[in-house]
Amino acid sequence: MATETTIFSPELAARFDKLVTLYPVRRSALVPMLLYAQDEVGYISKAVVAEVARRVGVLENDVVSVLSYYSMLRTQPIGKFNVQVCTNICCMLRGGNELFEHCKKRLGIGHKGTTADGVFSLEEVECIGACSWAPAVQVNYDFHENLTPESMDKVLEEYREKAQK
Amino acid sequence: MADVTFTVDGKKLTAPAGTLLIEACRKAGIEIPAFCYYPNLSLQAACRMCVVRIEKMPKLQTACTTVVTEGMAVTTESDEVKQSRKAMVELVLGNHPLDCPVCDAGGECELQDMTFTYGAHESRYVEIKQHRDEQQWSPVVFFDRPRCIMCYRCVRVCAEGMDVWALAVDNRGVSSVIAPNEGDSLLCEQCGMCIDICPVGALTSGTYRYKTRPWEMNHVGTICTHCGDGCKTTLGVRPVNDGVEIIRGDNRDKSGINGDFLCVKGRYAFDFAHHEGRLTKPLVRQTDGKLAPVSWEHAIDFTAKKLREIRDTRGGNAIGVIGSNRTTNEEAYLLQKFARSVLGTNNIDHHRTADYTAFAAALKDKPGREASLRDFASARAILLLGNDPTNQHPGLAWQIRTNVRLNRARLYVANHEDVRLRRQARASVILPSDGYASFVSYLGGNDGAFRGSDLTASFRDVIRKEESLLIAFGSELRGRDIQALVDFGLSLPNTKFACLGDYVNSRGAADMGLLPDLLPGYIPVSASTQFAEEYGSALPAQAGLDLIQMFDAAGQGDLAALYIVGANPVSRYGIDPSALKNTFLVVQDMFLTETAALADVVFPAANLYEKAGTVTNTYGDLQLVKKASDRAGVRTDFEIVVRVVDKMGADPKKLVPFGKGVRADFGQSRGAETGEADRHAVWLVANHLEPKLSPFDPFAVFDEIQRLVPAYNVPRLNLLLGNDEHLKSELVQIESVAGRRDLVLPANDVLYTSGTLGRYSAKLEEVVASATILMKPAETAAD
Repeated sequence: MATETTIFSPELAARFDKLVTLYPVRRSALVPMLLYAQDEVGYISKAVVAEVARRVGVLENDVVSVLSYYSMLRTQPIGKFNVQVCTNICCMLRGGNELFEHCKKRLGIGHKGTTADGVFSLEEVECIGACSWAPAVQVNYDFHENLTPESMDKVLEEYREKAQK
Repeated sequence: MADVTFTVDGKKLTAPAGTLLIEACRKAGIEIPAFCYYPNLSLQAACRMCVVRIEKMPKLQTACTTVVTEGMAVTTESDEVKQSRKAMVELVLGNHPLDCPVCDAGGECELQDMTFTYGAHESRYVEIKQHRDEQQWSPVVFFDRPRCIMCYRCVRVCAEGMDVWALAVDNRGVSSVIAPNEGDSLLCEQCGMCIDICPVGALTSGTYRYKTRPWEMNHVGTICTHCGDGCKTTLGVRPVNDGVEIIRGDNRDKSGINGDFLCVKGRYAFDFAHHEGRLTKPLVRQTDGKLAPVSWEHAIDFTAKKLREIRDTRGGNAIGVIGSNRTTNEEAYLLQKFARSVLGTNNIDHHRTADYTAFAAALKDKPGREASLRDFASARAILLLGNDPTNQHPGLAWQIRTNVRLNRARLYVANHEDVRLRRQARASVILPSDGYASFVSYLGGNDGAFRGSDLTASFRDVIRKEESLLIAFGSELRGRDIQALVDFGLSLPNTKFACLGDYVNSRGAADMGLLPDLLPGYIPVSASTQFAEEYGSALPAQAGLDLIQMFDAAGQGDLAALYIVGANPVSRYGIDPSALKNTFLVVQDMFLTETAALADVVFPAANLYEKAGTVTNTYGDLQLVKKASDRAGVRTDFEIVVRVVDKMGADPKKLVPFGKGVRADFGQSRGAETGEADRHAVWLVANHLEPKLSPFDPFAVFDEIQRLVPAYNVPRLNLLLGNDEHLKSELVQIESVAGRRDLVLPANDVLYTSGTLGRYSAKLEEVVASATILMKPAETAAD
């Protein structure tokens, strides 16, 4: 497999080569492989589906079937920073909905939208496991907690600066 | 496994540990409803219909995923369980359209049954139902999305049963949907298993949809007319103006050797019966050289007169007969009897697709060595030499896949091509296309015969360690090679064999003596005493011309007449039409094939679905053929032969032992021992059978077959009930066949072709022309 052409970086390709050997059946590597591929490529493109299918040894429609089940796997590119606002019960009670509305207004996009400059995407998500510090927001893999609309603005500002670097 | 005892609804039951509760209950006659559960497929537990109350368990449990345990106490019907099931039905019905009156499944729909049983006909949902237009996925598969109840049966049968994996479930929750592999269409074997297995009308059949209702058809269980597997198919038929038409084929009752399996041909390729080119009137070549329709009486009269004249002036050797791979055993037998006792010739042959003769010789006096198609579903180990069952024997491929999946049977594949069944194989080797004989020799221990590698060596080692092995081989192996293979197999502790030939009654054609040198039961023509006594006339003792020689003789002007039944040798063997210009050619066929077009007389014949009798599949399973459909104007091959014989001036009673007394007996005979009595009548009495009253009754001939061909003398009751009976092949009294020309010409049909007959199936043609099939046929075969 290693010698075949791949759309992934050499490191990721090597990781996948190992991954499929870790489970009793190759198929079990499917979901982690999709997640890692998404981190690198940004989304699950058709090319990703094709290569993952080949690596795992299933048909492409089988990969699509699994892929379409998980809401955290996406088939379209999104912004550089994915702002995920939790509106489950703890966050909701501590102002999660307001926070989400604020983000919508501030970024000028709705749920699952992406800003025109491609910097931000916004998503309303289910519990992200940060109830003790509600309301919480996850941006890519980083958490921001105990937020208010004001502190949220700061967070967004930080990311905007990061994007310009 | 050890048995456990448990209680269901107050009844004490016992079942092996590990049995699923739903199966244990069903075996005890307690019905637990389920949509998603399907025997032999993986467990899903998606529909929640099979919930039961099990004592000491906190919630209702799904019986389809619970195994029975010692002391388990189960309640399958209570208010609580009923309420739960009713709620499930209500949920399922939440988006299910109420189009039962037009739905194909109406009347045989599992959701209908459950709605009636649990009474969830009033919905509390006020939301508008989501409608989606139905989609056509292929020429034979249609999908009506809102009817789908997400039981996953189609997905599983396609993946696990067929190993095609063409269906998957996309999305989740309420937006889950069955998705075909090409987005909006299928790329698959087009077997239609998904349609059959669908508990509702979400997947519908291209041949059957919107045509009728299940209760408006008659359902006739008969044998598929296509490949050599002889799958049982239940044909749904209804009367039309010019006969009885077939509207669908399935095997939902799981009777027969194929269980619920049918391939694309068994399920859809019955429409040749309604092909516009179907002949319904006899044709006779006129003085202007053109074929013109005439009355049956005229055609038969004309043929009989001509045949009689040729026989009387030029002798039987100037007449040839070619039989069919698709007629019943009785018709094949009758045809050879007609040739040998009425025409007086051994010039009789058929298109041979496997060397059954060598196989019979190899198995002589070796009881229980021939495998039934059933054996493939339970064998511990299977060696497949040559052939591509996925294409040529779909029923066999199904049995093997099922066995590998459920019983972890060990499959070994040796083939010159990359056949699909390699996916199931424990080990496989690629052979050179001419390397089968040397490989068999190599298996037997002759290292010099085959240039082996480590792979072939380990392949041989594991096979030789198998304690019980089933060997299936294709027409790559013939004659002496079959003998060598059987010799090798018999050196192992417990081996059975199967010889794979091509058409529904290819085996029967050989067994029934459509061969120039062998009588029914492979008795040499030189040892015909028993048959001559029976037929009441001396039979020619010299072996006749085989099929190739007959056409050579015709070309040289030595064959004055040729009588062809249900075969198309002109196309199959590439015969130059001019070879037949001086031969009186009679053809019985459904269509004006390349062969029939050259004929002087063409009789419009009935097909296998329009007649009764028996056929023998390539594994030696004898099965009953029942008349399902009908077409005005045509007659069975059986009837045509009897009528020609009658008009030739021969006694039909000598041909077909019907009525009482084949020979006059005024009480002066001294009994069967002396050879004077009517042997057939004596045999009938001894076997508690009634004499048949019609000269067209195939069972009168079957009586005679059973009496004269010991291998076919199997218990009849089971057969008449529609079950298969395996032949007693060891009783075949065949002599050595060393040096005999096998003349095997494999048909090389694939999933979507079926010789000449397949060309007349519009549905098959449509499937082949579509972009939806997995394996493209290389070329159209002809027979």
